[in-house]
Amino acid sequence: MSLSLIIKREFNAKVRNKSFIVMTFLSPLLFTAMALLVGYLASVNGDEVVKIAVHDQAGTLIKDFKNDKETHYTDLSALSLALAKEKAAEGYEGLIYVPAVTDAKDLLHKVEYISNESPSMEFIGNIEDVVNDKLTRFNLEKAGIDYKKIDEAKTYADIRLSKFSGEESLRWLNEIKIGIGFAFGYLIMMFIIIYGNMVMRSVIEEKTNRIIEIIISSVKPFQLMMGKIIGTSMAGLLQFLIWAILGGILLFVAGNVFGLQVGATSAASPEATQAATTGLQAYLPEIFNLPWGTMLLSFLIFFTGGFFLYSSIYASIGAAVDSETDSQQFLLPIILPLMLGVYVGFFTVINDPHGTVATVFSMIPLTSPIVMMMRLPFGVPLWEVALSMAILFATFFGVVWFASKIYRIGILMYGKKPTYKEIFKWLRY
Amino acid sequence: MKPILEVKNVVKQYGDYTALNSVSLSVPQGSIYGLLGPNGAGKTSLIRIINQITMPDSGEILLDGEKLAPHHVSQIGYMPEERGLYKTMKVGEQALYLAQLKGLSKKEAKEQLDYWFEKLEIKGWWNKKIQELSKGMAQKIQFVVTVLHRPKLLILDEPFSGFDPVNANLIKDEILELRDKGTTVIFSTHRMESVEDMCDHIALIHKSNKLIEGELQDVKRRYRTNTFEVGIAPENFQHLLADISTRYTTRQASFKTLDDELKLEVELPKGTPSRELLRYLTDKGDVTYFMEKIPSVNDIFIQTVSQQK
Repeated sequence: MSLSLIIKREFNAKVRNKSFIVMTFLSPLLFTAMALLVGYLASVNGDEVVKIAVHDQAGTLIKDFKNDKETHYTDLSALSLALAKEKAAEGYEGLIYVPAVTDAKDLLHKVEYISNESPSMEFIGNIEDVVNDKLTRFNLEKAGIDYKKIDEAKTYADIRLSKFSGEESLRWLNEIKIGIGFAFGYLIMMFIIIYGNMVMRSVIEEKTNRIIEIIISSVKPFQLMMGKIIGTSMAGLLQFLIWAILGGILLFVAGNVFGLQVGATSAASPEATQAATTGLQAYLPEIFNLPWGTMLLSFLIFFTGGFFLYSSIYASIGAAVDSETDSQQFLLPIILPLMLGVYVGFFTVINDPHGTVATVFSMIPLTSPIVMMMRLPFGVPLWEVALSMAILFATFFGVVWFASKIYRIGILMYGKKPTYKEIFKWLRY
Repeated sequence: MKPILEVKNVVKQYGDYTALNSVSLSVPQGSIYGLLGPNGAGKTSLIRIINQITMPDSGEILLDGEKLAPHHVSQIGYMPEERGLYKTMKVGEQALYLAQLKGLSKKEAKEQLDYWFEKLEIKGWWNKKIQELSKGMAQKIQFVVTVLHRPKLLILDEPFSGFDPVNANLIKDEILELRDKGTTVIFSTHRMESVEDMCDHIALIHKSNKLIEGELQDVKRRYRTNTFEVGIAPENFQHLLADISTRYTTRQASFKTLDDELKLEVELPKGTPSRELLRYLTDKGDVTYFMEKIPSVNDIFIQTVSQQK
């Protein structure tokens, strides 16, 4: 009875807040706008042509620098080196200087690249490739081998991927899977931080408003704490739901617009579109075939479990301090495991979704909601998911016991900021 | 009168610090009971135990003869010393919420709220947020949410601190009216004027121990010193002053009268009847003032507390 009243109040307080409304409806728009902006900027960056001057009086390499979309080479060999440098400094990104050499091997370490800005590793790699290629061919010719034959003899393997069940898998599918898993894991982390902070702020608010003692003369502190956590998590879930619906609509609209565009271009070059659609068509069923049911259900359970676990810690921190500024010192131990979950999860899961590290981190309750969500698209045995959930909720019940003790004492303590040692002492009261 | 609240040998410790050392109290039904004591005496600890905010380490508490249990929260109204309300919540919504937490149905809560809003003439505030109200207005709301669920026992911790004189008076009248309707009121304070004014029973707690408890008149009787304040216009001023100080212990007194007579505090030996002094005085001149000096709660408080040091 009281619990439902508290849940209702907390839920209303969160949902009626202006920042909730703004965040719920504005952030998907902002997110889309940002994605479009990033895409646009990347394409602008890619369109730029880099102009490079080449000074190669002996003509050893000049033919090997071939213009492409991104780089444009200009031969300045007619000028003297000093003049070429001057000219390159004004109108070009940089100057490749190929000295005249008697022994071709000297080219290996005598080619210079002169520029004001340090070049990218990729660019230098390209120049080195040109030199290496030239010398390799030169060496082969010297040894009397026809390099064209070697080129012809070269092969390019394309391994086909499939599962034991017989269905064919696709390249890049793993990347798509980790992308989806990462999105889920990241969402859980963000929500724990944002909504956990809300729980903490709401506890601090009751303390600073001095209403806390009135409330706990009517209900048990534990009820108040749980009501807060449940009410806030419901506000979070509502936000998810709205986002899911908005996202669905957005996807539908975008899909329609995109579909029209594809139709328009198909008139211009039917082959290209066909290639693109076959690629897309190949991936779509795979994406649809992901264990979405399990993933969404697990997401709800892991979100709730993870949120309950973390927010009970957030609540006890809120109770221990008098103001939000005092809370920073205690927040670090919360943020760390969350970050660890995201990064360890990302790097280990993509390597080997069922490796030891990934599996262990998907069992440790502080990281499991994030890491398990990343593993799920790769197919995790049901018992592992169930075990991870069981550990998560068992830990929650343990932690909430400690948290409620700290909470119970902390909410009636005003004045100085407690130390870890004092908080530990409260556990024994 | 049968007690509504009995506190029996309650002990509360925080780590090594003893906040309450086997304290027992008995609060009679329908009384206004003053719980007195200096800061840090243990009053708030005791009140929090009665409100079931904390649990005693040992001892028990009976409300209306029943051992204190969670359902009793609906029978107690509590206004803590550290008090406030949700600043961003609307007055009406907030009061309904707090009343429902105390076990009232929404309908009952609304009826009670209408009654009090009418009574205190604050009807227009329903949709205002607390942060939009002045401090005095918020204090009225604070009182209303304390009594909204018609508690049998009202516990007020430093009720007048932070209240302006107008509101303090208003609240005082409401408390007396509630008492007349049968509510028992415990109020905890270290301000003695309000105790003298309102309380019929008192208990004094000092350094975790209860030192005094009883009906206010009884306590005062226990602390009377057979001292009388005397005003006299004597025939021979110097002679009387010299003579009376050989017979009794006297001090300069400071009460107000119309004329410039001799004003003395005269302490009689225990058992000496006052008429003996009066007879002596009437022989010496015109007696203009004669009154037993009744110890104030403040005197008793200071005397007891300083004896303990």
